[in-house]
Amino acid sequence: MSRRAVLVAAASAGFLLLYVPLLILVIYSFNASRLVSVWGGWSVRWYGELLGNAQVLQAAWISVQIAVLAATIGTALGTLVGYALARFGRFRGRLLLTGMATAPIVMPEVVTGLSLLLMFIAMEQAIGWPQGRGVVTIVIAHATFCLAFVAVIVQARLADFDRSIEEAAADLGGRQPWIFLEITLPVIAPALVAGWLLAFTLSFDDLVIASFVSGPASSTLPMVVYSKVRLGVSPDINALGTIIIAVVATGVILGAWQMRRAERQRMRDVQRALAGD
Amino acid sequence: MTGARRIGAGRALVIWLPMLWLILFFLLPFAIVAHVSLSEATIAMPPYRPALVWPEGGWLPEYRGTLDNYRFLLEDPLYLGAYLGSIRMAGIATALCLLVAYPMAYLIARSAPATRIVLLMLVVLPFWTSSLLRIYALIGVLSPNGFLNSALGWLGLIDPDRPIQFLQTDFAVYLGITFTYLPLMVLPLYATLEKLDPSLLEASADLGASAFGTFWQVTLPLSLPGVLAGCLLVFIPAVGEFVIPALLGGPDQLMIGRVLWTEFFNNRDWPVASAVAIAMLAFLVVPFMILRNSPALRGEG
Repeated sequence: MSRRAVLVAAASAGFLLLYVPLLILVIYSFNASRLVSVWGGWSVRWYGELLGNAQVLQAAWISVQIAVLAATIGTALGTLVGYALARFGRFRGRLLLTGMATAPIVMPEVVTGLSLLLMFIAMEQAIGWPQGRGVVTIVIAHATFCLAFVAVIVQARLADFDRSIEEAAADLGGRQPWIFLEITLPVIAPALVAGWLLAFTLSFDDLVIASFVSGPASSTLPMVVYSKVRLGVSPDINALGTIIIAVVATGVILGAWQMRRAERQRMRDVQRALAGD
Repeated sequence: MTGARRIGAGRALVIWLPMLWLILFFLLPFAIVAHVSLSEATIAMPPYRPALVWPEGGWLPEYRGTLDNYRFLLEDPLYLGAYLGSIRMAGIATALCLLVAYPMAYLIARSAPATRIVLLMLVVLPFWTSSLLRIYALIGVLSPNGFLNSALGWLGLIDPDRPIQFLQTDFAVYLGITFTYLPLMVLPLYATLEKLDPSLLEASADLGASAFGTFWQVTLPLSLPGVLAGCLLVFIPAVGEFVIPALLGGPDQLMIGRVLWTEFFNNRDWPVASAVAIAMLAFLVVPFMILRNSPALRGEG
């Protein structure tokens, strides 16, 4: 066997590990039988049951609301952090800000969840806010770790981006908020979109932190799925998984296609500029 | 002058708005956990007697805390066992993850640009779906009447009536961690392997090194920053993992994240849960500091 073949075989094992479970989940979501071991023919029965399950739909709606709010707040604050770290050089509190903005990424979820819950309870005792726990407390908790991920992405994007364009705008008499809005923001826009989508996904997926800081009427989708999975296999979860995989796959493929198109456009522009048009 | 002052005010806003948010919702919560970990558990709501008490009309708080919760962690072998067990489980799973990820990253780095984009997309895609649903999918593969046992039975390797017990074993947890965190290992590995100068490999071959020799003495050492970054990105969250051991591990398989969860939700012992959290952070400070200074992470966005 050639070296190349060995490499391809070894790498394929990894790709199989990633995809075989997902493929089986998708296939079994169309199984008419309730039993995993029995193939009862093709059916969309579990999709009907999933869409008729008020508890799941309610939880999905709560999760979407939380993820949109948390991703938006996290992206706004994370962009400020990324901008400050990439453009302000040294300033007082830089080390503290860097540390606090990176730590949530690697913090164990149980620790984050516990610390925020104890904090919310202490705050409620001291100043009467937040009253109880629910969507608001989950949004605050999620926005905090979303901020950290967005800050990393924005900082990396700004580090790649040629500063002289901003400086040229300043030399031509541009003022700071205008330069940021007209020059910097359009350049980092793809990073902001990527950051927002990553933040949305992380929030939508979180079970542990939400379990700590949620209230009685704010069960998120992962919390409902977790309690169902713990009770055993339920075929409508296969249907839910298949829907999520389909949405994500469509999004990733569209994103890659868009990136390729932008790259080609850029190459054409560069060639045109070099040709002196 | 006013323009400069306005820029100064804008700068302060850009820095201090997120700073205040992080102090309030990141730093302060840890101070509160540290405080509760020094407090005594009681039957009340909240169920602890504060370690710092402000006397009537006084300005400075009085310290009435105790180290009993930490002493308890050291005395009860359950906790030390859970800490060491988590580190062992996370370490083995990280090594397994590296073994699976390295050939993937190497193949991607050596592919033609068009193939490379497709393969990278395939690595990243599962990461954007739900990790909880991926674990659920893995349960479907590993269960007694699941895909793996059926396949082994069909191949005649096992008796179909006596399936192998994969679920609720350490093996299932290793596989679960590898499966969940594989993209986090592949990406930093790919980032360093992609920058590797092919002429170095040619030079090594010209000088008579075997393919294995070239790999062992040139490729692997040059990719070590990526190996280190990938391993830490997997190891750190794996130590505190809750969902994977709770769904795939056996009932007596205690990892520290699961112990903290049980202490808090089932035993309602907030001070001990807080002490477990502080001790867990103490364990993770060193790998975290190495990760922060890792050069391989600065290269990839």
